[in-house]
Amino acid sequence: MVISLFTVALIVFVLACFVGYHVIWGVTPALHTPLMAVTNAISGIVVVGAMMVAGGAVEVASVGVGGYIITSEQAAFYAKVIGAVGVFLASINIFGGFVVTNRMLAMFKKK
Amino acid sequence: MAELKTFLSPYLTGDVFALVYLVAGILFILGLKGLAHPSSARRGNNFAMLGMFIAIMVTLFHPQITDYMWIFVPMALGALVGVPIALKINMTAMPQLVAILHSFVGLAAVLVAAGMFLPFQPQLINPEGVVSEGVLPQLSTATMIEIFMGAWIGAITFTGSVVAFAKLNGNFRSAPITFKGQHLLNLAIFVAMIYFGVYFAMYQSVEAFVVMCALAFLLGFTLIIPIGGADMPVIVSMLNSYSGWAAAATGFTLNNMQLIIAGALIGSSGAILSYIMCKAMNRSFISVVLGGFGADDDPAASERASAVEKGVKAAAVEDAGYMLENAESVVIVPGYGMAVAQAQHALKEVSEILEEKGVKTRFAIHPVAGRMPGHMNVLLAEADVPYDRVEEMDEINSDFSQTDVVLVVGANDVVNPDAKEDPSSPLYGMPILDAYKAKMVYVVKRSMSSGYAGVENTLFYMDNTYMIFGDAKEIAENLSSSLKGTAH
Repeated sequence: MVISLFTVALIVFVLACFVGYHVIWGVTPALHTPLMAVTNAISGIVVVGAMMVAGGAVEVASVGVGGYIITSEQAAFYAKVIGAVGVFLASINIFGGFVVTNRMLAMFKKK
Repeated sequence: MAELKTFLSPYLTGDVFALVYLVAGILFILGLKGLAHPSSARRGNNFAMLGMFIAIMVTLFHPQITDYMWIFVPMALGALVGVPIALKINMTAMPQLVAILHSFVGLAAVLVAAGMFLPFQPQLINPEGVVSEGVLPQLSTATMIEIFMGAWIGAITFTGSVVAFAKLNGNFRSAPITFKGQHLLNLAIFVAMIYFGVYFAMYQSVEAFVVMCALAFLLGFTLIIPIGGADMPVIVSMLNSYSGWAAAATGFTLNNMQLIIAGALIGSSGAILSYIMCKAMNRSFISVVLGGFGADDDPAASERASAVEKGVKAAAVEDAGYMLENAESVVIVPGYGMAVAQAQHALKEVSEILEEKGVKTRFAIHPVAGRMPGHMNVLLAEADVPYDRVEEMDEINSDFSQTDVVLVVGANDVVNPDAKEDPSSPLYGMPILDAYKAKMVYVVKRSMSSGYAGVENTLFYMDNTYMIFGDAKEIAENLSSSLKGTAH
């Protein structure tokens, strides 16, 4: 009996939702704006997908396709452009999100 | 880099990657956990940054990534754009920043989906290089569905966030835009989008992919235009949630657990924040999403207004100053008006002078004050108000009856007693700050205009309430100079 990768992913996803639920309820309401800013930064993790596309690794990422090599150089080029734009956008999120979160959190001081 | 990669390659199996991504995922969880308290929050942010650093580094070692120029250059450009904005952005403008950052994630998710799929269609991009059938590998239907999910959630997040940004930033009127058959139109677009998505997944059709994306972009736009300014905290949270689901869908496409974990965390975070905001406004999520709130004048409002005694008492700043410094305890209730007037620094001055005079001074924050969750807390923190002087609604509500003076600055609906006492009020049922229970209330306001809900505020007409009309910042500044003056 073999479990498909999709099922494993689904299990991880559901469990992560539960973890998220419990962790987020523990966040103090005073820090809800920094929470949104840091989740913004974390959502920049799509950079990983964009890096795969930009770096020319898409065919590996698709399950069941195996060692297909893109025959058309142009197709690969367009994929890289698409991926690079993705990397650019996600990077704005990562750098902007973490820096602004840090800036905000530094403001919260105790008397 | 290349030598290092060659050296390490025998050790870098898929399992090793998965385990490193797991470590990064745990660091994200610890990062969010740190936000449980301001004292641990910065450490948490550092954990999250470390997690991101590890995730990016290990991805660079992915054996199939061969071209680094296309990664490093856009990443450096992203940093060059993101960091200066993050350093300069005014805290009042945080909701706009968050909204526009959501849109970037959405668009990036669409691009990843497109990038996953298009290279398998070389004949489309290069008509001469048609690959004979059978050579072109087919993506599995499951992968196609995942690509479709990532693309449409990302596309809705993108245009929806752009509209939210434009509304928050004032480029687009923030009042709801409604028309007949709006919901029917949205439903039609949604159904068509799903149809083309399924068609795309079944036949791997590029055309269907493009049409599906176009419809999703359109839907993001039409979904957000009917939503008014006061509901923005919910919408910003909702789009936060969408950006997480988009990342998770991308993770399914790539079978990348890190993306799935991060996406699930963000998705839950946004969903919980939306829930908290809805609860604090006593609105159902559905009614917020359907929009239109705050558009029409409340017909019953005028009746109620005439029912209450029309006597509004105005007070001078000096009177308020006298009452404040002779009080034992003072609570300041800031609202979005404080943010608009940039009055937080002047208010902090006032609170400090009062503290020096031995008056116990605290700030009370309603969950939906401002344009995003926790907006007021950040503005007060920016003005150096210590966070232990800032109280949430549940913590402070029982104290209002023992409070001598409440100073309401730029808040309206969140202190309207009708929400508790008048079942005919549109606000009825919404939890409020019980400012009206205090011995004396001063309301700083530009005019007698009603709040976002378009409802008259009975608090303004109560016996113990005095209005101070004018700009919040000017009044707060006058207040602190008048308080200082009497100290001589």
